[in-house]
Amino acid sequence: MSAELAEPASKIELPAGVGGGGEIPTFDITLRVRRYDPEVSAEARWDDYKLTMYGTDRVLDALHKIKWEIDGSVSFRRSCAHGVCGSDAMRINGRNRLACKTLLKDLDTSKPITVEPIKGLPVEKDLIVDMEPFFQSFREVMPFLINKGHEPTKERLQSAEDRERFDDTTKCILCAACTSSCPVFWTDGQYFGPAAIVNAHRFIFDSRDDAGDMRLEILNDKEGVWRCRTTFNCSEACPRGIQVTQAIAEVKQAILARKI
Amino acid sequence: MSATEIQSPRSGQIAGKPESGKIAPKYRRNGNSRGNFEMLAWLFMRLSGVVLVVLIFGHLIVNLLVGEGIHAIDFGFVAGKWADPFWQFWDLAMLWLAMLHGTNGVRTIINDYAEKDSTRFWLKMVLYAASAVIIILGTLVIFTFNPCPVVDGVQLPGGFCPA
Repeated sequence: MSAELAEPASKIELPAGVGGGGEIPTFDITLRVRRYDPEVSAEARWDDYKLTMYGTDRVLDALHKIKWEIDGSVSFRRSCAHGVCGSDAMRINGRNRLACKTLLKDLDTSKPITVEPIKGLPVEKDLIVDMEPFFQSFREVMPFLINKGHEPTKERLQSAEDRERFDDTTKCILCAACTSSCPVFWTDGQYFGPAAIVNAHRFIFDSRDDAGDMRLEILNDKEGVWRCRTTFNCSEACPRGIQVTQAIAEVKQAILARKI
Repeated sequence: MSATEIQSPRSGQIAGKPESGKIAPKYRRNGNSRGNFEMLAWLFMRLSGVVLVVLIFGHLIVNLLVGEGIHAIDFGFVAGKWADPFWQFWDLAMLWLAMLHGTNGVRTIINDYAEKDSTRFWLKMVLYAASAVIIILGTLVIFTFNPCPVVDGVQLPGGFCPA
């Protein structure tokens, strides 16, 4: 809620009829992109691009326009461009969001819109970061179903209530917006990070899974859940609206309940 | 077929960790941290916090509000309180819990914000030394407190001799 207020409302109001086939209003924006190319310079710099964009455009459309029409050397990741693949998490106006889900008209267009790579992971080029440390933590919590029983001949059934227990954490798209918004992760990158804990939560609380204890043991590490300071940056950053901090708290409680 | 033993990638029983390739050295978690220290520290912070709220507000109310309130505080007031084992225990619990709670809080901040391992180590050593000095000194004061200090056969001014 408070994060929404931090972004001053844009002056651009789309008339109700937009999208119905009429003419879409346009406006001018300045996109300030963080550029880094180790083959050219060890220093990162800011590049400003003045663009005329449509009221229905997203930050990703602006980046496309730059890359396709102005400067082909601008590098960023994107795949599905519809908020599902999790490739284009970036720091837009100081907040982690998906470029493909952030409408330009919802940002403050009176000032340059800043676009930076997500923090805490090594930048490779422009907006592209090395995701390997992030995925390493993800792999370490064993994000797959482990069942000790006999393999059933049909699907593993589960009650609606049991499924509901971990529904929120199934939504993760591994965009790293949460982990790279976490101040504890920024310092030394040792913390497992919210995303790994969310994906562990998804299996720890799955009634069909038998390795919950092992995942709890992994997250009882000194770099595990106990490094969470409940700053809620992750919950605010999550483009899927996962209650990340709550999931971490539930894992903490599960570890405590198991040990005591 | 018997139920297969599930092995964690971090158990050390499976050779190596599941890695796809290069990971910047900074991000490597070296060594498994066995034990529950961080969990116990987390739990201690919550429990000591709750107890400290009672202890500190009890302390403030008794010292500053009850009776003549703040005007009653002098050497004699403190001497009177520490003549009672109840207040000795109260103050001892307050000292230890507050110091350990605060020390653990600062330890956490150092862990979160110090970027170099050597900086982290030395800051924590200074912190632990300072905490140990205050805890030991405070404990000695509570238990060796003399309400009637006499030096070379002469009573020191401000002394509180019941006789």
